[in-house]
Formats: sequence, C-alpha cells, structure tokens
Amino acid sequence: MTRGDIESLATDFYDLLESFKHAPVYHLSFEIFLVLAVSWLVFFRKPRPIEKKLTEKEKQELIDEWQPEPLVPSVDPNHPALNVRVLDGIVGKTVEIDGRTSLNFATFNFLNFVGKQRIADKAIQAVQKYGVGSCGPRGFYGTIDIHLELEERLARFFNCEEGIIYSYGFSTIASIIPAYSKRNDILFVDEGVHYAIQKGVEASRSHVKWFRHNDIADLERLLAEQEILDKKNPKKARSIRRFLIIEGLYVNYGDICPLQRMVELKYKYKYRIFLDESVSFGTIGQTGRGVTEYYNIDRQKIDLISSTLEYAVGSIGGFAVGSSFVVDHQRLSAQGYCFSASLPPLLAAAAIEALNIMEEDNTTLFETIMDKSKRLHKKILSIKGYIVNGDEISPLKHLRLTNALNTIGRLEEIVQFAQTRDITITVARYLSDEHRLPEPSIRLILNVEMNDEELEFLCTVLQEALVKVTT
Amino acid sequence: MIDSITSTVHEKIKMDKNNYKYDCELLTNNEDDLQSEEFEETPLYAAVLTYISYAILCLFGWLRDFLRQSNIETKRGAIDPNASLGFVPLYQSYESFYTRNMYTRVRDIFNRPIASVPGPQFELTERLSDDYNWTYRFTGKTIRAINLGSYNYLGFAEKTGPCATESMNAIKSFGIATCSTSSETGTQRYQIELEQLLATFLGVESCIAFGMGFATNALNIPVIASKGDLILSDELNHISLILGMRLSGASSQTFAHNDMNDLEKKLRAAIVQGHPRTNRPWKKIIIVVEGVYSMEGSICRLPQLIELKKKYKAYLYMDEAHSIGAMGKHGRGIVDYFNMDTKDVDILMGTFTKSFGSAGGYIAGKKSLIDHIRINSHANNYATSMSAPIVQQIISSLHLLSGPEGKKRIYQLADNTRYFRQKLVDMGFIIYGNKNSPVVPMLLYMPARVTRFNREMLRRGIAVVTVGFPATKLLEARVRFCLSAAHTRQMLDAALKAIDEVGTDISIRYSTRHEHRRLRDISSEK
Repeated sequence: MTRGDIESLATDFYDLLESFKHAPVYHLSFEIFLVLAVSWLVFFRKPRPIEKKLTEKEKQELIDEWQPEPLVPSVDPNHPALNVRVLDGIVGKTVEIDGRTSLNFATFNFLNFVGKQRIADKAIQAVQKYGVGSCGPRGFYGTIDIHLELEERLARFFNCEEGIIYSYGFSTIASIIPAYSKRNDILFVDEGVHYAIQKGVEASRSHVKWFRHNDIADLERLLAEQEILDKKNPKKARSIRRFLIIEGLYVNYGDICPLQRMVELKYKYKYRIFLDESVSFGTIGQTGRGVTEYYNIDRQKIDLISSTLEYAVGSIGGFAVGSSFVVDHQRLSAQGYCFSASLPPLLAAAAIEALNIMEEDNTTLFETIMDKSKRLHKKILSIKGYIVNGDEISPLKHLRLTNALNTIGRLEEIVQFAQTRDITITVARYLSDEHRLPEPSIRLILNVEMNDEELEFLCTVLQEALVKVTT
Repeated sequence: MIDSITSTVHEKIKMDKNNYKYDCELLTNNEDDLQSEEFEETPLYAAVLTYISYAILCLFGWLRDFLRQSNIETKRGAIDPNASLGFVPLYQSYESFYTRNMYTRVRDIFNRPIASVPGPQFELTERLSDDYNWTYRFTGKTIRAINLGSYNYLGFAEKTGPCATESMNAIKSFGIATCSTSSETGTQRYQIELEQLLATFLGVESCIAFGMGFATNALNIPVIASKGDLILSDELNHISLILGMRLSGASSQTFAHNDMNDLEKKLRAAIVQGHPRTNRPWKKIIIVVEGVYSMEGSICRLPQLIELKKKYKAYLYMDEAHSIGAMGKHGRGIVDYFNMDTKDVDILMGTFTKSFGSAGGYIAGKKSLIDHIRINSHANNYATSMSAPIVQQIISSLHLLSGPEGKKRIYQLADNTRYFRQKLVDMGFIIYGNKNSPVVPMLLYMPARVTRFNREMLRRGIAVVTVGFPATKLLEARVRFCLSAAHTRQMLDAALKAIDEVGTDISIRYSTRHEHRRLRDISSEK
C-alpha cells in the first residue's frame, strides 16, 4: 500500500468517528440494540423443544385405551408350594403325615425341644398369666416383664452386655442391617448368605461388595481396593462406615466361616462384624455358644451377634446380643422392633425354659450333636453317588447327586420315595431372585436324639432311592 | 332379629337415655354419618408455643452437649468399645442429638413393662430412675391401671375363657413351633383350617396367613408389585407398607391423606404420561390405603376408592390392621362398615394382633392371587410357619365372633367409641378422626404438656399412649386412646374424670368449634 492509501484510510476512519459523534442518540442506541440482539440470538438462545400439549379429549382417549396387566400372572397348579405335605400333631423327632409316622430329618429341630414337656408346661403357665397375644408394640405397653427376662438371659448366656428380641426370625437380621448401615456406607457380604440377610442389605441402600463364599483372599482383595480409594479421598473415607456381614454356619452351604482371619482383618481395615449365628447357636461349640466358642475367639471382638429362636431353641422369634453401645441403638431405629407387635409371652416363656435346659445340660447335648453329625457325615460319604457339602460337625448337610444328574425333579423323586419308606426329608426351597442361587439339594437336618439305627436306616433309604432314580 | 340382639345387649348393660340414642344410630345406614370426620386446625397460639418449646429444648440440648464435650458434665450412656482404635464412629453425633437431649428426658413414658395380661385393666411394673431416666431400677411393686393403650379392640386379651383354654390345649397337642418353613415341611393342618375359616369369615375365595403383621406387608408387596408398576399410596401409610413398596422396586407416589380429588388427579396424570422419563405406559397401578389410620383415627373413603379404581382400572390394596374385627356390623372390617362387596377390593390385608388378641397377619383375595403369593412369598419360603397356640387363639376368636358373643362385643365397642368420643368433644378437646373409629387421638401439641399429661394420668391410675415427633408431625403431638369392648362404663367414666381434671390443670382444651366445659357440667345437663 502506498502512503496515499493509508492516508485516505485514516481520513475515512476519522470521518466515521466524526459521524458517530454527530449521529442522533436514538439512532446510535438503535444500532447498539440491534448488535446486542443479534449476538444474543446467535450465541445464547437455546433451541426450545416443541412441547406437546394434549387436549382433554386426547387425555381421555389415552385413559380409555390403557389396559393394565392382570394383577398376578397365571400359576402352575402343580407347583410344589401348592401341594405340600400336611402335618398333624407335634413335629418333633417323628412327624405324622396322612396317618403315618415318619422320622423327621427335615425341620430345624436340632436339640429336639419341640414337644418337650417342661417347655410346654412353662408356656401353658405363661398363657394362664398373660393370655396369648401381647397386643401392642414394645413402645406402647407391649413390653412384658418376661421379654426383659429373656433379653437378660440371652445376654448372660453369651456373656454380652445387652440383648434384644424380635417377634419374627426373618425380620431380625433384615431390620438390624438397615438400622446401622445407611446410603453412604459399605457392606462386605459373603455371597452365600441367606435370603433374610440379602433383604436386609437391599433395604439398607448401602454400597454392597460381595465376596466369593468363604474366600478370604477375595475379601482381602476387596478390602485392599477400598483402601486405595480411601487414600485418594481421606476426608470422605472418615465418614463411611464399613461392615462385614457373615454367618457362623451357612444355612445354604453347611460350612463354617473362617472367623479368626476375619477378626484379624477387622483391626487392620477397621470394619465392624455382624455375625449371624442362626444355625450355629445351640449346635456348635462345647456349650452351644456358637462359632466364637468353637474357635475360642473373644466375643467382645464381634460387634453384634444375631440369631434366631426358631431353630435350636424351638420357639418363634429372633434376637441380637452385643455391647450396650451397639444393641441399644436398635430400640429406636430397627423397624421390625419399633413398629411391630412384640413377641407373644408364651413363646418367650418357652425360649427361657429352653435356655434353662441348655444351661443345666452344659456340654452333653452339644458334644452329642457334634459327634452324631460327624458320624452321619461319614455314613453318607460312604454312599456312592451322593455328594455331601458342609463341615463334618455341622448338623445341617446339603445332599446332591453327582454332576448332571442333580436336578430338582430327581431330588423330589428321592424325597417322595423316602416318604413312602417313612423318612421325611425335604428339598431346599429358594426363590429365583436370590443373589447367588445355590445348586438344587436336599437339606438334611440332624436331630440330637436320633440313634445309630435310625441314622443307618436313613442311609439305607437314601441308597435305595438313589438306585430307583438313576435307573 | 336385630331388635332381639339390641334388647339382650340392653339387659346386660345399664344404659341411660343418651346410650339408647347411640344404639339406634349404630343401626342406621346414613352415608354421611359413616364418613363424618373432623380434623380441627391447629390454633395459632398453640403452634407458636410449640415451636418455641422445641427451640428451647434444642438450646438446652446444645448447651448440655457443650458441657459434656468440655467434660464439665459427665458423659452418660454407653461408650463405643472400638472408640480409640480409629474406627469410623458408628453413629453421627447429630443423629443421636434427639435421643440424648429430648428422648431421654421423657423416656419413662415409653416402653413401660407390664406384668399381667394386657386386658382392660393391667399391672404395670413400677420402675424408678435416680439419674433422670438414664438407668432404671425396678422396685418389685406393680401399679394397677386402666389400659387405654393396648390394641385390644374386642377384648380378646384374656387369660381365662374358651380362647385361652383352647390355646393351652393346642400347646399340648401340637407343641410350640414347627421349626420349618411352610413351603417345606411346616404346613400344619391347623394352618389350613385357619385359612379356610378366615376366608369364609371375610367372604373371599382364599386366604393365606403369616406369623408377623409387619412382615406380611414388607415381604408380600414385592410379590404383587415389581419394576414397571406404579403404587399410589396415602401419605400417612404405615412404615411396613412403605418398606414393602421400596423393596418391590416399583415406582411410588403419595397422595394427600384421604383426598380423593388428589388421587384422581394423580391417576389421570399417571395413565396419560406413563413413566416420567421414558413415557412407557405403566404395567399396572396399585392404590395402597389403610382401613383405619392408627395415628389419625380416620377411615379410608372406600366407596369413592372403589369407584375410582373401577373407572381407571387400577387395583386396590387395603391394610385393615386396625379395622378388622373392630369395624362393621359383623366385625368384617371396612368393607362391612360401608356395606360394599369384598370382591371389589383386590387385596385385603389384616393383622391378628389387634382385634383377635394373637399375633400374625393375613392376605385375602381371589384364589389366583393367593396361589401366586403362596408360591412366591418371601415369608412362605424362608420364614418358619405359625405357632399352634397362636393359630388356635385366632380360630377360637373367629368362632366366637361369628356367634352371639361376638355381636355383643362389637356392639359394646361401638357403644364405647361413641360415648367416649362424644364426651371428649363436649368437653372442648380437639379430637381427630371418624366418629366410629375406636382409635381416639386427642391433640396436645406441646412436648411438655404431652409428658405431663402422661405422667399425671398414670398417677390417677390410667395408662395412656402419647406420641410426638417423629411418629407424628412436629406440631401435632397427641395422646391416642384405644378403646376396647372389655372396657366397662365405669372404667370409661373414671378415665373421663381423670382427663377432665388433668385437662383443666394443664389447659389442653384447644377447640374453637366446641365450648370448653367441665365433665360435671355435661353430666348435669341430662
């Protein structure tokens, strides 16, 4: 560009500025407004979606057209749950079905307290004093002095500070877990826990980390991963509570948890242990005090032990024992405790009398049941064609056929055949939405008063059944 | 036939002129009368004073917490055994603020242990505290009191009589428990007998019973509803229903308490819009209500609900925990009370704790529904079956209910209800709920008055249940009287006299719609 061009440009620019000064105000403001409007249109306006507004007529059409599903899907009338065996009389060591008496290897009556005279007498006395129902929740005159006595006795039995009782076994652990563990907390749960624990875990809305059944290495891996996450955000980590939920003796598998290592890890990774001893209470340990006694672990190291009164004790209900600090919280926060009617006093009286028998007996009953469980285990192992899962001292055993033969149909046939030979056993029933559905099995339960002949008879019948089913 | 029954009732109970009038009202089918409810608004001065009370309590709570933190005051309560080991604290301190500073002060009015049958009169174990309710000691003595707190609507909480005798026989014949689930080897013949008897009593096709009422809701709603369904529930539903809805995975919305217009609006919006984000139509819609709401004393509006449900093709789930046995001419619950058809309610649920003096719950409806529940219920597959004496108590009381003894009890309960409510309203207290509901909530508002009322009533030999936050709204703390057919006129009069005295003492006559009167002024008007 020549000097002349630059000069003319400068003059033009100067003229432009002059014209701005001389332009009327309204013109200038109009121009500025236009510039602003265009830039807003280009940069800031979001395209608005076209909203569809339905007319009343269209809404009514939608309402008229809508067809709901039927309330429930159609059911199979041959489903086993609709065709159960009907029992008569006392369901003790023997059970009466359709007029025939058979040996009972199906109910959780480990110590044979069902039908015991002294327990029945105490229950009858309780009806004569308190009536049948308790007519209210614990907070509103549903607390009867016999409940307080039972809680104290249970705490004393386990050598813990405090106990608390619930009116239903299933609701016990299902109410306990959500009372402590909330949305931000982490639960490390064994995959093989029973359904009530799964429901409790679901109700708590916490983060759940499942580890493979009884696999300590898998648990350590999960704990190590969590530790790495904690180091990244220490402030958040200080507000997340951690719990380990395990069973003493697993109902679905019949094996015992590796408790010592879990207690060691507790102090390393700082989680609290909730131990569910539904099956192991009254069956494992020298005096029936469960897995902590069996492994000789200090019970104060377990934060909470929950169990049920519906198995060994032969009553109805559930309970939890532990330190006062932990247990007392449930009295205001556990839904199954606060918002539900309390345990009928006659069932509490039966439970107290059962505890009396257990304490008076001290070791005989429990040594016997562990011994017989071992003998039964050996006997069944000697039958070719069956796989038995579970620890040898466990009075609860899962019986399966080998490999591909193991179907529910065949197991049901075995159960029916056994019934014709006056042995009552049962296929373990599960719902399809279990977290990890166990393989089909027959759940064998040992009653402490079974003698050797009866165990032999059981094995004979199982052998015959096997032959019938596999040919 | 009806005249002869009322005349026998008249012979056995002394009635005065007023009561004769109530009996005639019981037999009318006046639609307005069935649904007449009153919920007087909170008076402004009561609301203001209540807020101030809670503010003062909070202030003191913070002060005491501060004193405890700085070790000027000794810390009470249990200590975490894991405290010094670096564990994350089990409870946040703000969660237990309420427990430490408000609940513990008044703890003695809750959880009172009893030492006798929870009948119309019972024995409370005396417990005293030397350290302001942190610990108790039992003196060994008992206090005799009139029981206005237990759920004993038909008076079946008895230790003598045919029900108790048959339960004791059941213990001898069947033992205490079966130790097995119903789907395995736990179904006893008496269980089947109970289910058939209950189905006949309610007038439905089929029925299934469980061992715990709370679990009946929480474990069976997931079987009926699932992901993709919509549940419309009343805002004041019981927590067992809310837990069941949560566990089912279905979406849920609440509608204003007993407000049928709000429900209809929500039904229309739900069908038209479908799922909020994807607009997929709902698979089915279930309306969940209770028969009698235990904190309000109100009754659900069944005729309008059935109309709505038919119009919009929804399903109705009615929880009759408090109304089965207590409402209706034959004790069959709300359906009987409104004279409607049981087939219109899809799922009827109830409990045995309140009117039958036992324990447990049931679900009743069509056979297809009950079969589906039987196969898929969590309780049927994992929880042990019911105990024999418990079942026998229900069977005995059902037999009694179907006979003349039952009619007598039902009439007595209805009579007690009308009498008690009318007297309280005449005295000028604010009473919520339907005229016929045996649950009588009386509003007290201020936390200090709630506590004082409870303690003063006990001093006069009447045991009552008072509830405050968080069971009710913050402002609406109340005392809830539960009437029973076993209460005699003398017991009710003694209770009314005590309420009159205490009510005057602590000024809880809040009503602006009714005149404030003393009991002697009402009685002298006859």
